[in-house]
Amino acid sequence: MKLSGAQILIESLKREGVKYIFGYPGGQVLNIFDVLYDEKDIQLILTRHEQGAAHAADGYARASGKPGVCLVTSGPGATNTVTGIATAYMDSIPMVVLTGQVPNMLIGNDAFQEADIVGITRPCTKYNFLVKDVSDLARTIKEAFYIASTGRPGPVLVDLPKDITVAKADFKYPEKVELRSYHPTFKGNLWQIKQAADAISKSRKPVVIAGGGVISSGAAAELKEFAEAAKLPVTMTMMGLGGFPGDHKLSLGMLGMHGTYFANMAVHESDLLIAIGMRFDDRVTGRVEDFAPGAKIIHIDIDPTSIRKNVRVDVPIVGDVKDVLKVLNKTMHDEGEHASPHRKVWLDRIEDWKAEHPMDYEQGDVIKPQFVVEKIYEITKGDAIITTEVGQNQMWAAQFFKYRKPRTWISSGGLGTMGYGFPAAIGAQFAFPNKLVFDIAGDGSIQMNIQELSTAVLHNLPVKVAILNNCFLGMVRQWQELFFQKRYSSTCLTGTPDFVKVAEAYGAVGLRAQKPSDVEGVIREAIKVKRPTFMDFVCDQMEKVYPMVPAGAAINEMLFRPPDCLTGEKLICKTVKQELKCKCVRAKRGM
Amino acid sequence: MRHIISVMVENKFGVLSRVSGLFSGRGYNIESISVGQTLDPTVSQMTIVTSGDDNIIEQITKQLNKLLDVIKVTDLTEFDHVEREMMLIKVQPKTEHRAETLRVAEIFRGVIVDSSAKTYTIQVTGDDKKLEAIIDLLKPLGIKEVVRTGKVAIAREAKS
Ligand SMILES: Cc1ncc(C[n+]2csc(CCOP(=O)(O)OP(=O)(O)O)c2C)c(N)n1
Repeated sequence: MKLSGAQILIESLKREGVKYIFGYPGGQVLNIFDVLYDEKDIQLILTRHEQGAAHAADGYARASGKPGVCLVTSGPGATNTVTGIATAYMDSIPMVVLTGQVPNMLIGNDAFQEADIVGITRPCTKYNFLVKDVSDLARTIKEAFYIASTGRPGPVLVDLPKDITVAKADFKYPEKVELRSYHPTFKGNLWQIKQAADAISKSRKPVVIAGGGVISSGAAAELKEFAEAAKLPVTMTMMGLGGFPGDHKLSLGMLGMHGTYFANMAVHESDLLIAIGMRFDDRVTGRVEDFAPGAKIIHIDIDPTSIRKNVRVDVPIVGDVKDVLKVLNKTMHDEGEHASPHRKVWLDRIEDWKAEHPMDYEQGDVIKPQFVVEKIYEITKGDAIITTEVGQNQMWAAQFFKYRKPRTWISSGGLGTMGYGFPAAIGAQFAFPNKLVFDIAGDGSIQMNIQELSTAVLHNLPVKVAILNNCFLGMVRQWQELFFQKRYSSTCLTGTPDFVKVAEAYGAVGLRAQKPSDVEGVIREAIKVKRPTFMDFVCDQMEKVYPMVPAGAAINEMLFRPPDCLTGEKLICKTVKQELKCKCVRAKRGM
Repeated sequence: MRHIISVMVENKFGVLSRVSGLFSGRGYNIESISVGQTLDPTVSQMTIVTSGDDNIIEQITKQLNKLLDVIKVTDLTEFDHVEREMMLIKVQPKTEHRAETLRVAEIFRGVIVDSSAKTYTIQVTGDDKKLEAIIDLLKPLGIKEVVRTGKVAIAREAKS
């Protein structure tokens, strides 16, 4: 029996095990939405903006490990997903984005709602397709899922001209994919792995840097075995959080621009870095010429282009991280030379650094944002999925919550997309309806996709948004304070609405904490109500993220909190008008 | 250093823009690029002339390999190879220089592929040096237009 392209598409998605599509309808995808109307196995989740749909699909993918799926119409629908696609691309997240397109015969005519989305997304997708013939459709979908989820994962876009969704063809879903030009490398070179094992047993001051690759390859168990057996301290990139238990004795937390003192010092002084599934981003290396000057570098990554792109590498191993670690663990055991006596000296040294500059802050009369994050950690006992927006909120969420398991930390690392966290939390909650999902947000970022409150309310998703409300675009303000003589150009967020009322207007729950003693109650209430909740934490406006490696400095050249900044400074918004308004908003809330 | 990279790709719509987009997006330089079908109609061969230090060339070849439509990448610079480029030169010599123009063409084994009352179009093939040399000689005689194909290259077989 022949099926229409729209039916073939949905049948193909079912074969891929898709349960949810995050999407938004429009003229060129009407036929597809019509098929979805009767569909039992796949639910279309209508977001309130296509960017929200793309981030929700991404959040679903990060939480579940399965590709997220997103379906939108042509033209503006498609272009609205571009930020979401670029976000997923930078963080290697498997996603399949289905976009409507004008009928094949109109392509190139500047037809109504035509956009060359294949051209637009070429640099931010792992691959993209324009389907020109309905008989190619099933195979294309199969290939899209295969490409998105194998090798170094990434988003794949399939552009579907309207005539394709109407035209009929026999449906036969291909069993397997054969692409002569795509062979993601999986097995690491054994000789190189042996070299790595030798280097590790010879090293005195080794440090493991674990990145997002540990999470996408599902290698957390292998990493733990590796680190414990050889007593290797482990630091994580932001994308690697959760890849190694944050509360483990060997964990150094995050490294880089806002990494811990002890992680950055350990990396700087190290004689051997074992970089696993990470790509030496500039936020990690600081000034690259002075990065880990005395260290040999072993670099394990599935993507050969990541190796030697930014730093010199002594032992490159191209392969799937899980696979390589399995072999490496065996190789190391054979050597039987773990935990040399030197290791204790090194670990003691790290303990000294920990004591010298632990991660801390001082809680006074005003709520410190770090305190909120710590409280969420404490109350949930770390058993929650945390998504974040971008800015200070993201850094505090990375610093003050200890991620014990992979896929519990969901944040836009590479692109740094404000507005990511809330829709991503919605996606994650769909993947795990019974888990606690928090979006740790800034008052700026949350306003970028606040419309998704509708989506959350409609599906009664108990997503909890912790807004660390500092009245500012905090991270930018921090840079202005430190490097631009406190000239707060366009960072004071006057005109911010009352988030409690916004939540209530959408039919969600709104809660506010004005003082430190309110914080715990608000968090507990948010957990109790089991409904979408906005928590407005009225925070210290001047708090900054420390330690900080200034742009262009080496990672051992960190700035610390000056002693006089331990308590909240008062607001110094230079424009008087802004200052008044800012205070005004607070006054209304009884501050 | 200049490198000449041979890239075997799927003969599909959009492939050229994937490859050229890679170069422009990452700030790599392209001196020339030429594309043509191979014996297998589903495969095209590109010849790209680029330049950069060893690190950049390593990244270029890795990034090309990573592109989904790329089947094989060979940096021919590392091998003994033959490079050729074809050029069409339209010359508009004064009457007294017409004979000289033909003589120059002949020296370079150029072929006159078109002639009019005022112009000759000469086709020459060769490496950079040869093409530059003929341009130098023809310039004083009056060149109207030059078009070049960009380089194509192929590895030499071992002699035995
Ligand atoms: C879409 C987008 N636009 C701009 C930026 C630049 N940016 C980075 S952090 C930041 C401030 C974020 O402010 P807020 O959400 O209030 O968080 P805070 O830093 O105060 O925690 C800005 C504007 C960005 N990362 N993303």
